[in-house]
Amino acid sequence: MKIHEFQAKELFRKYGVPVPRGSVAFTVAEAKSVGAELGTFPVVVKAQIHAGGRGKGGGVKLAKNRDEIEDYAKKILGMTLVTHQTGPEGKVVKKLLVEEGLPIEKELYLSVLPDRGTAKIVFMASEAGGMDIEEVAAKTPEKIIKVYIDPLLGFKGFHANELAFGLNLKPELIKQFNTMVAALYKLCVDYDCSLVEINPLVLTSDNRVIALDGKINFDDNAIYRHKDVAEYRDLDEEDPSEVEASKFDLNYIKMPGGNIGNMVNGAGLAMATMDIIQQAGAAPANFLDVGGGASAEQVENGFRIILADPAVKGVLINIFGGILRCDRLANGVVEAAKKVGINVPVVIRMEGTNVEQGREILEKSGLNLITAKDVSDAAQKIAAVAKG
Amino acid sequence: MSIWVDKNTRLMVQGITGREGQFHTMNCKAYGTNVVAGVTPGKGGQNVEGIPVFNTVAKAVKETGANAAMVFVPPPFCADAILESIEAGIPIIVAITEGIPVMDMLKVKNYLKTSKSRLIGPNCPGIITPGQCKIGIQPGHIHTPGPVGIVSRSGTLTYEAVHQIGSMGIGQSTVIGIGGDPVNGTNFIDCLSAFQADPQTKAIIMVGEIGGSAEEDAADFVKANVTKPVIGFIAGLTAPPGRRMGHAGAIISGSSGTAQGKIKAMQAAGITVVENLGEMGRIAKEAFAKVI
Repeated sequence: MKIHEFQAKELFRKYGVPVPRGSVAFTVAEAKSVGAELGTFPVVVKAQIHAGGRGKGGGVKLAKNRDEIEDYAKKILGMTLVTHQTGPEGKVVKKLLVEEGLPIEKELYLSVLPDRGTAKIVFMASEAGGMDIEEVAAKTPEKIIKVYIDPLLGFKGFHANELAFGLNLKPELIKQFNTMVAALYKLCVDYDCSLVEINPLVLTSDNRVIALDGKINFDDNAIYRHKDVAEYRDLDEEDPSEVEASKFDLNYIKMPGGNIGNMVNGAGLAMATMDIIQQAGAAPANFLDVGGGASAEQVENGFRIILADPAVKGVLINIFGGILRCDRLANGVVEAAKKVGINVPVVIRMEGTNVEQGREILEKSGLNLITAKDVSDAAQKIAAVAKG
Repeated sequence: MSIWVDKNTRLMVQGITGREGQFHTMNCKAYGTNVVAGVTPGKGGQNVEGIPVFNTVAKAVKETGANAAMVFVPPPFCADAILESIEAGIPIIVAITEGIPVMDMLKVKNYLKTSKSRLIGPNCPGIITPGQCKIGIQPGHIHTPGPVGIVSRSGTLTYEAVHQIGSMGIGQSTVIGIGGDPVNGTNFIDCLSAFQADPQTKAIIMVGEIGGSAEEDAADFVKANVTKPVIGFIAGLTAPPGRRMGHAGAIISGSSGTAQGKIKAMQAAGITVVENLGEMGRIAKEAFAKVI
């Protein structure tokens, strides 16, 4: 799960990680009043969306006086911000973060996250701050310091020193930096974060270390133990069809530009089915894993969500019935199809337990269902649907 | 021969009294697995269709000599259950549970390294040696004993692989689902190494997906250490970056973890990569013709 910068900074404050003074604003008037409270200039006006690259897209502005705060707030609120992470359709800005500007001397990069390969928690830091870290990693990997922490040992003073000295910090900054990284480690572990990233972390001319930006992602499997984080969820940032699917425990992801819907049991087979659709010359409109249970209700809601997309010209159902029996699933599909009213061709490939009974149920249903005998057959049939 | 589980396996089920736990325990038993014990704290002394239930793993092991565990405990308590089996010295622990927080698994994984236990999963279909022992939620009847070892990150894609080679008349030595989570107990290399050493296994299929670098690491291992023919498949060519595709571990981060990168690494290691899922059976038959 992702949250906004202003929410990440709330958690930073809670853990004693220094952040610029400032507050969120939902209207131009609020932005002006936050600016007035700050009492200094310049003031930074930042668009709050769940995507990086906001500055380049025109979503971050430096205001030198009150009028400029108003001008920028008017301009950014309601704009459709397009960045390399939003996709070409962009995201509408509905909130701002208004903060004091700082006398920046140097920009650093700092992040902490669980590392899947080593099963450790890793800090990554670099003197090349404020840049795209992927690019730094690709072009100049020697500029990135990595410190791995065994979660059974925990974060120790020497870990902090490796980071601080690795970043060539001035001696007078080391104590506050070390306190800050210990707090970030605790935040990452306490809140089951999958990423805590500060880019840039700034060193100011008056010798302070401050998180100028903040990004936190959370492990979806651990949200159940963080009620405060669950409240940070912003439905404006999610696709409405995905929000709808999540209500029925359907694992659904919308694919922009697709024309063939699909419904599959199992995440691996679902991804492979999307690939098959593309290899057949069409484009998958979604990812949908109905899981091992695939109840009639889930199939029905799956259909409804897929067919709500007007670009969908056909649907491919690919089920490997293991414990889930094909005859039961076929009955579910037929019932759902009757209830939802399907107006596009549906190709069904079924395999596994009780497959013959399942196929018979589909054929006798009188619905516009095309049965496929295997994966290749399904691919050809769905390709024909896409062309027709 | 086979790897890790066979007719001598004595299975204990953690979470045996839950709905899923009970259902799949009975399926494993019906397949022929020797299920000797169950564990549910607070339900010791009861039995599930004749299988004795204990309060703790230590007690179950002491009373029944269980040497493998299947874990169906819900996510908030699952890491604890796995640690309990590690502490009791169980050699093979198979965790089916989906949804264990990564921070919990980091601790389990690091503790596991100090022990002699092997953890398979979590978030996996399990392990099966056809005709001898099934630990997990797989449909047992699609499997047949034979010469091909299969290792996969996905459940239904594993069944697909078993089915497709089965329809070509090719059976399996052992089939392992290592799970779709980012941090798991057993990886591709562990399985490839065991298949390479197993005399029954003549050829290997590895099924991967987007996210992480386990397939790339496995490809390097194959190049250096595996003499048996290997075919591979990677799901997620069309997956968009930054989105979690069902499995917690199936996510492309920036430019790393892509299907294209994995396929390239596997091909460079001499692995025959199946690019179209429907072709897996046919390609396996061709690629394995010399050895089986």
